[in-house]
Amino acid sequence: MTTPTTPTARPDTDNPTDGPGAVAAGATPGDTRELTYAEAVRETLTELMADDERVFLMGEDIGVYGGAFGVTTGLLERFGRERVRDTPISEIAIVGAGVGAALCGMRPIVELQFSDFVTCAMDQIVNQAAKIHFMLGGAAQVPLVIRAPAGSGTGAAAQHSQSLEAWFAHVPGIKVVMPATPADAMGLLRAAVDDPNPVLVLEHKLLYKQKGEVPAGHYVPLGKAEVRRRGSDLTIVATAVMVGKAMAAAQELAAEGIEVTVVDPRTISPLDEATILTEVAATGKALLVQEAPRNAGFVAEIAARIVESDAFHTLKAPVVRLAGLDAPMAYAPELEKASVPQIPDIVVAARRLAKGA
Amino acid sequence: MRDLAKEPEAARRALETMWTARRFEEAVDQLFARGLMHGTMHLSIGQEASATGTCLALRDDDLITSTHRGHSHCVAKGADLTRMMAELLAKDSGYCRGRGGSMHIADVATGNLGANGIVGGGIPIAVGAALAQKLTGSGKVVVSFFGDGAANEGAFHEAANLAAVWDLPVVFVCENNHYGMSMAADEAFAIDNISARAGAYGFPGVTVDGNDLQAVYEMVTTAAERARAGRGPTLVENVTYRWKGHSKSDKNLYRTREEIAAWQERDPITRFEDAVRKAGSLTDPEITAARKAATDAVREAIRTANAAPAAPADRDLLLDAVYADADAGDPAEVPA
Repeated sequence: MTTPTTPTARPDTDNPTDGPGAVAAGATPGDTRELTYAEAVRETLTELMADDERVFLMGEDIGVYGGAFGVTTGLLERFGRERVRDTPISEIAIVGAGVGAALCGMRPIVELQFSDFVTCAMDQIVNQAAKIHFMLGGAAQVPLVIRAPAGSGTGAAAQHSQSLEAWFAHVPGIKVVMPATPADAMGLLRAAVDDPNPVLVLEHKLLYKQKGEVPAGHYVPLGKAEVRRRGSDLTIVATAVMVGKAMAAAQELAAEGIEVTVVDPRTISPLDEATILTEVAATGKALLVQEAPRNAGFVAEIAARIVESDAFHTLKAPVVRLAGLDAPMAYAPELEKASVPQIPDIVVAARRLAKGA
Repeated sequence: MRDLAKEPEAARRALETMWTARRFEEAVDQLFARGLMHGTMHLSIGQEASATGTCLALRDDDLITSTHRGHSHCVAKGADLTRMMAELLAKDSGYCRGRGGSMHIADVATGNLGANGIVGGGIPIAVGAALAQKLTGSGKVVVSFFGDGAANEGAFHEAANLAAVWDLPVVFVCENNHYGMSMAADEAFAIDNISARAGAYGFPGVTVDGNDLQAVYEMVTTAAERARAGRGPTLVENVTYRWKGHSKSDKNLYRTREEIAAWQERDPITRFEDAVRKAGSLTDPEITAARKAATDAVREAIRTANAAPAAPADRDLLLDAVYADADAGDPAEVPA
């Protein structure tokens, strides 16, 4: 695992999220601590529950067990069984009860133990949560947050390792965020709970132990991309765990004189198209990196937006995608690694793109 | 327990509600047949006692979730007929501003959290709504309406179990109208009574003659009291029958004319009228007046709705409607 820099903690006048309002009221800007990604989520949940009685948690084994990845450890002791609700293994009911409670003015945060289990709750997410506000002519809203650990890298094989974000980006009415750093894990979760719409928070399970600087009260508005670094030779757009890998690749490339911009969309629906197009136009070369399989993956949407915009005229080379194999995730460690882009893959693809054309 | 047929005001209200639902759906049926309404619709003609008896057992601030066959639930919970009709006529003044149609009418202000186009889709939502009532201590009860078909969806089973283990204030009202589209209930179930399924989750289940308004009222009253007292859910199976096809495309190939006619003999509305007459609480002219009031209300709703402007075919408006605006406030906080 590589650790990306923590750009949310550094002042960057070009970054729209570092301006006024980027830090929640009451927090002292600049007051940062080092937290793991899991700790950042836990701390945010704690703060949100302490601040707002409407916020409560539901999910499988989130109580005494602390959640499959330990994210909710200690919350049961602090907030009790009424607000930290261990559920039976019933994903339809977990998400559906979240929808119903949200409709009645609560702010439920439900945890799906693995994001793969969205398949069991699909009707409630896609047909109910995402559509109710529109379908009812605006007469109701569903401020539901669904947290779901996504991605591969833990040897859990094909039913516990998927990256299914594109499915949900394709459904109008639900927002989708993919935090790539501990700071964003806090900031995006806070914004998700603040939002009057259903938000799917895809936490990458390989990032849970990653450490990073987290500003107190950090708040990341939904729909704002982050430029993680800037370089003049090409622009990498990467999501989730691929952001860190792209940053590590960029460092290697810098040593050989290739300067790379790395853009992290952070929210994939709604997408901050403007930032992505601006950064691609600035270098004229785009390398798009995702862990999910290539076919109809989310970065295909980014590629389409590039080629149907004025950024197309700035392109000095075809857009390049690096994605997971179009295959179920394999179990064996080396097979699993071979299934998704690794740092050397990004280095090779970026080098070829930078030197070509 | 109150005997609704014996109380003039309750009897009049029950009759007027059932006739309003009946007349509304007869009108909808005709408007479709004449090509004046588009899309699709699912009529609950013949099932009015289930919706009405259930909602009469609730407090005004109690909540319901409804189904694709939900017009009578909306009427019984107090929805505005003009806004219902306007929605079906694709008007901007409709409940959903022309974005939902027959299967998505909701009226949060009267506690109706919405019809649903997915069989069983509303059941877990009702359980979540009941959880919200428990967490806030509101004292409100939630009724989840669904059909026999929905009782074979996983959503029913997961939701029933969750409501049971958390003792949530929800009443599951299964309207067994004998068919899930064309699938006969006796082919879709290996049990005689759907209410038996409640036992598997540890709460009471009862089968009621769903065409007997008083029987429905009594059973749901008991169930709602139990829920309100924090003792958890009940499954009430209202056995009834839909006179019309599943939707407008139904040719009734799966059942006989004789079967339909036999059930029409058991009309829940005339049955309650007879009970009222027998109880002597309303005179014949008063009974006729209740029927006429419903007819007039539906006619007026059609006239007003028809005169309203169509929902504007504006792409920007549609896109703006996808996400709730954080500054607009939460509609759920209005009736709370």
